[in-house]
Amino acid sequence: MSLPVFLILFLISSFALAFVFRAGLSRALPHNQAIIARDMPLTAAFGIMVIAVYLFVAIFAPLLAPFAEREVVGSQFQPWGGAHPLGTDRLGRDMLSRLIYGARNTVGIAFATTALAFVVGAFLGIWAALRGGWLDQVLSRFVDALMAIPSLIFSLLLLTIFGTSVLTLILVIAAVDATRVYRISRSVAQGIVVMDYIEAARLRGEGTWYLIRHEILPNALAPLVAEFGLRFCFVFLTISSLSFLGLGIKPPMADWGSMVRDNATLITFGDITPLLPAGAIALLTVAVNFVVDWQLHRASGLKE
Amino acid sequence: MHEVLKMVAQRLALGALTLFVVSIVIFGATELLPGDLASAILGQSATPETLAAMRAQLGLNDPAPVRYWAWLTGALQGDFGVSLATRRPIADMIEQRLGNTLFLALYAAALAVPLALVLGVLAALWRNSIFDRVANAGALSAISFPEFFVAYILVLWLAQSGYFPSMVRISPTSSLADKLYMSFLPALTLTLVVTAHMMRMTRAAIINLMASPYIEMARLKGASPLRIVLRHALPNALAPIINVIALNLAYLITGVVVVEVVFVYPGLGQLMVDSVAKRDIAVVQAIALIFASAYVLLNLTADVLSTLTNPRLMKRG
Repeated sequence: MSLPVFLILFLISSFALAFVFRAGLSRALPHNQAIIARDMPLTAAFGIMVIAVYLFVAIFAPLLAPFAEREVVGSQFQPWGGAHPLGTDRLGRDMLSRLIYGARNTVGIAFATTALAFVVGAFLGIWAALRGGWLDQVLSRFVDALMAIPSLIFSLLLLTIFGTSVLTLILVIAAVDATRVYRISRSVAQGIVVMDYIEAARLRGEGTWYLIRHEILPNALAPLVAEFGLRFCFVFLTISSLSFLGLGIKPPMADWGSMVRDNATLITFGDITPLLPAGAIALLTVAVNFVVDWQLHRASGLKE
Repeated sequence: MHEVLKMVAQRLALGALTLFVVSIVIFGATELLPGDLASAILGQSATPETLAAMRAQLGLNDPAPVRYWAWLTGALQGDFGVSLATRRPIADMIEQRLGNTLFLALYAAALAVPLALVLGVLAALWRNSIFDRVANAGALSAISFPEFFVAYILVLWLAQSGYFPSMVRISPTSSLADKLYMSFLPALTLTLVVTAHMMRMTRAAIINLMASPYIEMARLKGASPLRIVLRHALPNALAPIINVIALNLAYLITGVVVVEVVFVYPGLGQLMVDSVAKRDIAVVQAIALIFASAYVLLNLTADVLSTLTNPRLMKRG
């Protein structure tokens, strides 16, 4: 009953916050960036604000959290209030502290995974587009075959084979997502490789590495950055889902996905505590999506 | 007609080839292990005798192609071997659950596809209106939500008040009405997750066409906006829409895994997650093969259907 009311209040306050944030940003920044900030839609301002807050919380987690990440500080499932503003979890650990540390662990691992997938996928994709011929054929057909399997299913298969630990989780998800990154960076690079300046650089006798670093990457950056945002959302959701299923990041490490799983029983008593980590995941993905949407819109130069 | 048959045959052959390659990948993944499956399962402390026994039990003494052929021909006849954890035939474990999962996916699809089409057409019709903006922002948010978040919100909202059960207890003997009622919440969760994407794409596909001259013509001759969208734009937008629907139905396959766990639904996804935790590779391989086949088949169907709606596509490569 109170859910729709809460939702509307949340929407109104986040719009107001985004408005204030945008106004503040266009004051604080130097002139040419202030114009960009002033013209961005409210959704994008909201997204940037949320991402900034998450970064702040992740970096200063030990200072912000009232208790340690793994410390048992009270009895289990304490209600909200008192020394524990959000109560305690299944083992009596402080919920708020674990939420704060979760920002560091969950987002950090997702970011590392995305970065790894990007380095591998983008390098192979651009290399394949540059070299062409049999290398391109072999790599592309291989990636096609891997992409014919749904990514969550393939990740589950690989996790069964290599076991479930944080390191294998990062490597497996990065490998699965690198195939998607390969696809897009290859198609982007293919449009660039046929340009005259690449031909000129080749005739100058530049090596493959130089071509990738100095000629192709700078020109492929805009679509790749947008793809990085979207890919981060996918990876973040996948890792959270796997953690929720008990196959990803495992306790005692604080992680939002596994926190939902651990405390899910509370839902049946009408307690919304387990929704907080899930909401934290949702909020970040929405924020990143808003920013990417705006960037894509800006890059394409489209005006509705 | 002859050309159509040829096209369908070509796509079918391509699909069969894809399935073959997928089966090789799913089987061959175990060969990536530094040691072999037996040492991975038993761990560091295994004695040579138990290792040898495990290898014999898993049939690891045969070369990989021989094992692959035996596995594939078995799977094609519905025999997936025995589970490593429970020693029961995998086919028995899967049979009941496959039906349940298919039921859930079809249920969600039956809710999601009409809803997405109607919302998408309406959003395109009332472009840039409040309805369009709200629907778009809502869709973007719904795409970004993890399935378990949507699921638990629904539980909190609809199961707390006692309208629907939060745990699905269905058995083969349950009646259809009972099943529909029991699995309403999981189906609704899946619907919400996939509708957003389909709706956005339907809207985009129709709006893309709205700028074409023949739509302008229809508008000039005085056709009503609804008639323009339904009679003139929609038929030409069918190809991309069919593709998106198939893509999202394929997405249902993976979405089903998380949702089944939330609602304790006795389906394949639940079994797969349990088996991954137990590292029961035989069961995981079997289920992965089933899910991947469904995925490939859906994409194949979409390809054929969208080619049929737009004969110009027949000429492409």
